[in-house]
Amino acid sequence: MSAQARPGWMEKPKPVTQAAKAVALAVVVLLVCVPFLVIVSTSLASTEEVVDNGGWVLWPTEPSLRAYRDILDGGIVTHALGVSVGVTVVGTLLSLLCTVTLAYALARPGVLGGRPVLLLVLFTFLFPPGMIPSFLLVKELGLLDSYASLVLPVLVNVFNLVVLRGFFQGIPDELYEAARLDGAGDWRVLVSVVLPLSKAALAVVGLFYAVAYWNSWFYASLYLESDHWPLQQVLRTYVVAGSGLTDATTGEGTVTAPQTVQMAVLVIATVPILLIYPFLQKYFTKGVLTGAIKS
Amino acid sequence: MLPGLAYFLLFHYGALVGNVIAFKEYVPFDGLWGSPWTGLGNFRRMFEDTAFWDAVFNTVWIAVLQLVFYFPVPLGLALLLHSLTRSSVRRFVQSVAYLPHFISWVIVVALFQQLLGDTGLLNSGLDGMGLHSVDIIGNPDAFKPLVVAQVIWKDAGWGTIIFLAALAQVDEQQYEAAAIDGAGPWRRFWHVTLPAIRPVIVLLLIMRLGDILSVGFEQMLLQRDAVGPEASEIIDTFVYYQGIVGGDYGFAAAAGLFKGVVGALLVYAANKVAHRLGEQGVYK
Repeated sequence: MSAQARPGWMEKPKPVTQAAKAVALAVVVLLVCVPFLVIVSTSLASTEEVVDNGGWVLWPTEPSLRAYRDILDGGIVTHALGVSVGVTVVGTLLSLLCTVTLAYALARPGVLGGRPVLLLVLFTFLFPPGMIPSFLLVKELGLLDSYASLVLPVLVNVFNLVVLRGFFQGIPDELYEAARLDGAGDWRVLVSVVLPLSKAALAVVGLFYAVAYWNSWFYASLYLESDHWPLQQVLRTYVVAGSGLTDATTGEGTVTAPQTVQMAVLVIATVPILLIYPFLQKYFTKGVLTGAIKS
Repeated sequence: MLPGLAYFLLFHYGALVGNVIAFKEYVPFDGLWGSPWTGLGNFRRMFEDTAFWDAVFNTVWIAVLQLVFYFPVPLGLALLLHSLTRSSVRRFVQSVAYLPHFISWVIVVALFQQLLGDTGLLNSGLDGMGLHSVDIIGNPDAFKPLVVAQVIWKDAGWGTIIFLAALAQVDEQQYEAAAIDGAGPWRRFWHVTLPAIRPVIVLLLIMRLGDILSVGFEQMLLQRDAVGPEASEIIDTFVYYQGIVGGDYGFAAAAGLFKGVVGALLVYAANKVAHRLGEQGVYK
């Protein structure tokens, strides 16, 4: 968009103020960008360069994708990447399905038991069940060491539910009535009228779910054996906890410095978010606020 | 609606019932229902456990630090962004600032290790200048400022959204009228901007107060090994280590239940205060 005109009553800010603002903005942008730049650069650098530089590189002289080739060559990271993608895709779809249907039912007046159900749902926000009982429940349901344990216990998020419900309520009643008169049932109204109008909200809620599944590691560490781990849990073990990635974990015969490999895993775990982010971030304000204001 | 509802009934209310374990001595062989009752035994043990009180102290202390050092940052950033007249710049900075919110704690912690750790960017820089290196990541005394800095890095940008929305609702004409009456930028800020966003500030402040027993479980768990439990144990990690790691389910569930009940009471009380102050509160 073009620069917005300064309203007539607003005086031109002093140069000092403008400079201070520019510096502040630059600091914010750099604080976010530099860490990413460092990990990307380090992951592209050669072993010798990383060692010479004391563990990190800002501008690799001979960038190579060696570290990436090594970890994507089969082995634990490749497998974990597959698990993460699978859990994220399946989980997001299931979560959206359940959230949309529940939000739609709670948004329409006159649904049987609508009000008590809403209170029932909102109460869980105020009083979450707690880690130990949830763990025992998953255990007693026999979900230990199954991918379902990463999805089912977090299937519907109350905040996302409230966002969608708020959005559905914002659709004019006339549209619902018109569709009804045309003989559309609940499902038909939902699929052909409500959903096409709710793209912004669906995009935001879908992103929130996808990011949550993609980023989750704690449940994996609770419920899964290590050979089923998703990417974030692998990262946690080999990068944060420092049990360096060794030959056995990265395919065979690697000679890459652990540091570059670690950074490459970090990059791989971040990239999907960086890829979808630009397409969805224009919906944030709209989507988040419909939820926040209505609740 | 049924699958979603079934989820809440099973995984929330089902698990909520599972809190009876807090009043039992969990014997794995007998399962949840077969284990013998101990009445309030687990709670008595908990209140006598100094490690538990240390965890409570750490939790509250970190929350207070966040309140003082984190809370004003999104507000200031939102005011700065709002004051920009060039919307292209504003959008760009906003997009960049929101981004870290979507990065997992694992990656954030790894990034901080990479930058501030033993062999990280900061220390190799200091080394290069012939200065002493500083151990930030593994130093228990630095832990609390470190985790607050991490929260600021990760969520300050995202936190501006709600303030920006409130700022966008302020009527342009009020500014114009104030300017015509001779109010300079500073007075306009003080008399128009601040009163307009006061409800949002109060609301968020109160919500944070009600949530004071929750401070980033994943964040602390990821870094607990580096600095040890004295500095980093919070109620949630206490529950995790006692229950999941230590197998003392009844005891850990008691601590979890304590947190849940006190937390819910705090939110309820905070909301009452909000109503007293004439604000809308979180719920009506």
